Amino acid sequence: MTLPNPYQPYPVRIDNIKTETEDRLLKTFTFVFLNPDDEDKFNYQAGQFAELSIPGQGEIPIGIASSPTEKGFVKFTVFRTGKVTSFLHSMEAGDIMGIRGPLGNCYPWETLQGKNILIIGGGFAFTTLRSSIKMMLDPVNRDRFGNIDVVYGARNPGLLLYLDELKEWETRDDINMHITVDGTDDPDWPYHTGFVPKITEDVAPEADKDTYAIICGPPVMIKFTLPVLENLGYSHDNIIMSLENRMKCGVGMCGRCNIGKELVCKDGPVFTLAELNETPREY
Amino acid sequence: MKTIKIKKSEWAGAMDKARNTYRLAGPVKHQDYHVFRELEAAGIPDLEYGDLRISPKTVVMPQSEPMFTFNLDEHKEDHHVLHEVPFDDTPRAVVGIRPYDARAIQILKKNFDTDDYQDPYFLRRYNCCTFIGLADTDPSPTNFSLSCGTGPFDETDLDMLLVDTGDDYIGKVLTDKGEAFAAAAGFKETDAAEADATIAEMKTKAEAQITTGVEYDNIAAMDELTLHQAPFWEEIAFACINCGTCTFACPTCWCFDIQDEVEGKHGIRMRNWDTCMSEVYSRHASGHDPRGKPFQRTRNRFMHKLKYFLDKYNDGIMCVGCGRCISQCPVNIDIRTVCKTMNDYQPEN
Repeated sequence: MTLPNPYQPYPVRIDNIKTETEDRLLKTFTFVFLNPDDEDKFNYQAGQFAELSIPGQGEIPIGIASSPTEKGFVKFTVFRTGKVTSFLHSMEAGDIMGIRGPLGNCYPWETLQGKNILIIGGGFAFTTLRSSIKMMLDPVNRDRFGNIDVVYGARNPGLLLYLDELKEWETRDDINMHITVDGTDDPDWPYHTGFVPKITEDVAPEADKDTYAIICGPPVMIKFTLPVLENLGYSHDNIIMSLENRMKCGVGMCGRCNIGKELVCKDGPVFTLAELNETPREY
Repeated sequence: MKTIKIKKSEWAGAMDKARNTYRLAGPVKHQDYHVFRELEAAGIPDLEYGDLRISPKTVVMPQSEPMFTFNLDEHKEDHHVLHEVPFDDTPRAVVGIRPYDARAIQILKKNFDTDDYQDPYFLRRYNCCTFIGLADTDPSPTNFSLSCGTGPFDETDLDMLLVDTGDDYIGKVLTDKGEAFAAAAGFKETDAAEADATIAEMKTKAEAQITTGVEYDNIAAMDELTLHQAPFWEEIAFACINCGTCTFACPTCWCFDIQDEVEGKHGIRMRNWDTCMSEVYSRHASGHDPRGKPFQRTRNRFMHKLKYFLDKYNDGIMCVGCGRCISQCPVNIDIRTVCKTMNDYQPEN
């Protein structure tokens, strides 16, 4: 009897590659499945990740940037940093590779049903947040959520991901966008200037039991944003974070991504701050 | 279930016979030491051995194992697509495994066989194994298996338990799989009452020889963070050089790495034992490492074995007391001492 193999990736073809940022370190890869049936099997929720699998190079765990409401493809935005991501950045549309997943848990969409959502993102950690926003704004889903506020910042305008979509969301009245940059020399910059924690302090909706914050970003942003949320009265159960740790297997077996007894790949990557408070926080 | 007896002079013949039905894995002399491995066609498990430096977990979790093959030649069909490596699922008899090492394989199984995912590489090996144990009649001073929920004569995870009585091996058949092996090897039945009495006597003697143990009741009761933040970790890890010997010798360590290897246009995706002592084990691509200091890695290993595992499965510690890590540690770190330090810890508040 052949056992199902969770290490076997679905073969995919790179359909499109878009350079996202001025420094060219971030590219968005759009993949289509070689076997159309595999798209149904790759049935994901916003917040999950997958292993991008390049035969001969290895695998990397990357958050899924497309939304489950987008059909016919899956998207990942990848920062060039190590061996596999560097190779991936050199690949071209038409190349064949693999995707293994979906892996990990998702944002707690059942809990978030009917709630106000404050999304806080920084730098290139905006990928699964983009997936979440896109999913919530879909006409099928928009009524399932209360107010949606988004604070998203980067060091400068050229480093913001998904700029066209950000601008489109700015014009809508069913989402409150608070785009910010640390600094810019563009005198006509129409959005905020300032660090994410400060903007959060200024624009965050009032804390109550029906308002949840989802926060993803570089460690320094998280470090200074959490106290802001606490001061605003957000309870640790209502602060949701998505973690990254080094991974290999993605299915809770190879060991390395543990934070105490929790495995980021399988028990996470999404945890509430209340949950993380009970761990040794080795991330 | 019946009891069998075989003369040592007839052992090799019995194993030859068993080989018609089973591939054999067992201890064989290699240079100065015994190693436990799958045997070649004429190999006979040599039961006259003391302690193994590397545990028999290799039978279900080889040190290196190909997972997939692929080709990178774009002229060929299926290029860049991974193909599973076929597996020969002929029944395997794991002959001469110590009872506590068989317990360790059950600990590995908790990791590899879960509700959410089943690891096919572990399970396809595990599922075709019959475990023919060999009682440890002369436990080493570093053996503390009795306090780890197992012991030198523990029958729990075996299909048959063999005991070396001098000129013969007597054996207790414990399961149907053990019965099938006894038939395949042509083992003859013997008087159960007499054999049981002999085994019971030898068991008592062997168990009496184990004079050290661990306690972990307070560890179980203590908060995870309290233990993690306890002041003794840097002292425990002071001499540790993070060499990883303990993790490779350990029968319950299951961490692995996945690496692609390519020659020309042909490639294999391999998995290899990994060690949590390694600097790169949990280091992010960015360079950030949540356990960047050597003592943090040592702490993670002991916390995993003696606390995280205990909390997660509520079925004892992730240690069978084989003592390999104690006897092979180059700086004499003793898990019994570490466990005692943890169990005795009384936080001030």
